[in-house]
Amino acid sequence: MGSIRLPGIAPLFLALTLAILGVLIVFPLGVVFQQALSKGLGPYLEPLTQPDALHAIQLTLTVAAISVPLNAVFGVAAAWAVARFEFKGKSLLVTFIDLPFSMSPVVSGLVWVLLFGAQGWFGPWLQEHNIKIIFATTGLVLATVLVTLPFVARELIPLMQDQGADEEAAALTLGAGGFTTFWRVTLPNIKWALLYGVLLCNARAMGEFGAVSVVSGSVRGLTTTLPLHVEVLYNDYEFVGAFAAASILASLGLVTLVIKTLLEWRHSGELSAGRRH
Amino acid sequence: MTATAVAPPPGRVRTRWKQPSILPGFPLAMGWTLTYLGLVVVLPLIALVVRPWELGLSGIWATLTEPRVLAALRLSFGTAFLAALTNVPIGLLVAWTLTRYEFPGRRIVDAFVDLPFALPTAVAGIALTAIYGPSGPLGELFAKAGIKTAYNPIGIYIALLFIGLPFVVRTIQPVLQDLDREVEEAAHTLGASNLQRFWLVVLPAVLPALLSGFSLAFARAVGEYGSVIFIAGNMPLKSEIAPLLIVIKLEQYDYAGAAAVGLAMLAISFGGLLAMNGVQLFLARRGRA
Repeated sequence: MGSIRLPGIAPLFLALTLAILGVLIVFPLGVVFQQALSKGLGPYLEPLTQPDALHAIQLTLTVAAISVPLNAVFGVAAAWAVARFEFKGKSLLVTFIDLPFSMSPVVSGLVWVLLFGAQGWFGPWLQEHNIKIIFATTGLVLATVLVTLPFVARELIPLMQDQGADEEAAALTLGAGGFTTFWRVTLPNIKWALLYGVLLCNARAMGEFGAVSVVSGSVRGLTTTLPLHVEVLYNDYEFVGAFAAASILASLGLVTLVIKTLLEWRHSGELSAGRRH
Repeated sequence: MTATAVAPPPGRVRTRWKQPSILPGFPLAMGWTLTYLGLVVVLPLIALVVRPWELGLSGIWATLTEPRVLAALRLSFGTAFLAALTNVPIGLLVAWTLTRYEFPGRRIVDAFVDLPFALPTAVAGIALTAIYGPSGPLGELFAKAGIKTAYNPIGIYIALLFIGLPFVVRTIQPVLQDLDREVEEAAHTLGASNLQRFWLVVLPAVLPALLSGFSLAFARAVGEYGSVIFIAGNMPLKSEIAPLLIVIKLEQYDYAGAAAVGLAMLAISFGGLLAMNGVQLFLARRGRA
């Protein structure tokens, strides 16, 4: 490390950093579990076995199970197009891929209501044909897909640009077909970055609140995902239940963080440059 | 990327907008990308851009100048600005400690910086409210000093501080890591004090990263919803953020009004982003001169 730092100031900086991170970031995480367990283990587990809670967990898993693969496939396709070919309008395309990251989650929900809500552009047609999108699982999926769209593409594009197309070109020249080349050369090269992107995408998909709250209508036990279930319980002053549900989501966040950190340690060379520590 | 410049197989028609390549799969990958983006991003955005005009220009203006809307926009952009600004020195300190000092558990501490990314916003929202609310441990502490830390703009500011910190740290960290230590050492050898070294060598080098960290944190904070609404109190004109106003307008079936507020937020953020890019460009030019 640097040979010329002030000996006196390092401990001060370290103490300040630990204090700030401790109070601002780690404390809230601890409070979730402390509040959830504040009345003991029984009252903690009881709200988690309620039908509404179980349904919320199931719905959250369903929404993520649909949205994440969709965005993973999109991410691979987009990265293949952007990182392997030169074409006009590429930076515009990348801007559009990144766009959902700079939209408010609420706006990401709003746009679907504008299209498919009762007074949306396609609302009357949907009503005529008895199709429900808003206040139904489809709407939750659409909102989640929009919010989490960039995650996989954002990991793959810079990595594949760094790696270049030499290996694929070699495989093709040696007579491998396009699909074989992708399966045997490209995929092994990007698998850890793909996993990293899927991991972040999944965490956001399961934890998303703003966008899904706009399209859900929060009908308890019907269209509430787990984060919405937390809100419903909290607003009903069922604090232990709310924090118990929140503790599941916090655990999900922690697991995500652990896997993410392990990937950064073990496979840093196979992640995009910004992820190498 | 040299391989992509190899001549195309004979017989293939050269399209003008795309450079030829021996790699297969462009039509499929590009077709899927454009179709998916079109359906998931572009079509919804068109609705957002078009629908406010049902009100006409005067109607949009009337919506955006409602006292409640103005107050919400001011609050969202104001608290987001202050929180992002506060996160700049905090983020610099944290990034500095994590890149310059070796201490046991450094990698664990480093990993925890990303917690606000990983923790669902609603969870953060109720946890922060439990801490900074009137009966929360820190809320009580601040109350003794006469500061109310929840159900007012201060609570919003605290939530946005939490949400924005990783953006600043993660943008500065790689720059600090790559910063040429020799330049600093040269400055030291030439007799520069630590403060001078920081002010004249380190800060100019990380300034562009600080700015982009600031704008990332700001952009995220402006639209933030989940972690804010629990601690905000949501009093009209006082602690009601713009995203919440969109939700309220939707609940009243005022689609065009909701879209107008959403579009205004997007436009202001976009303007801010452009301004920030301008400043970045200016800094880069000055750096080269």
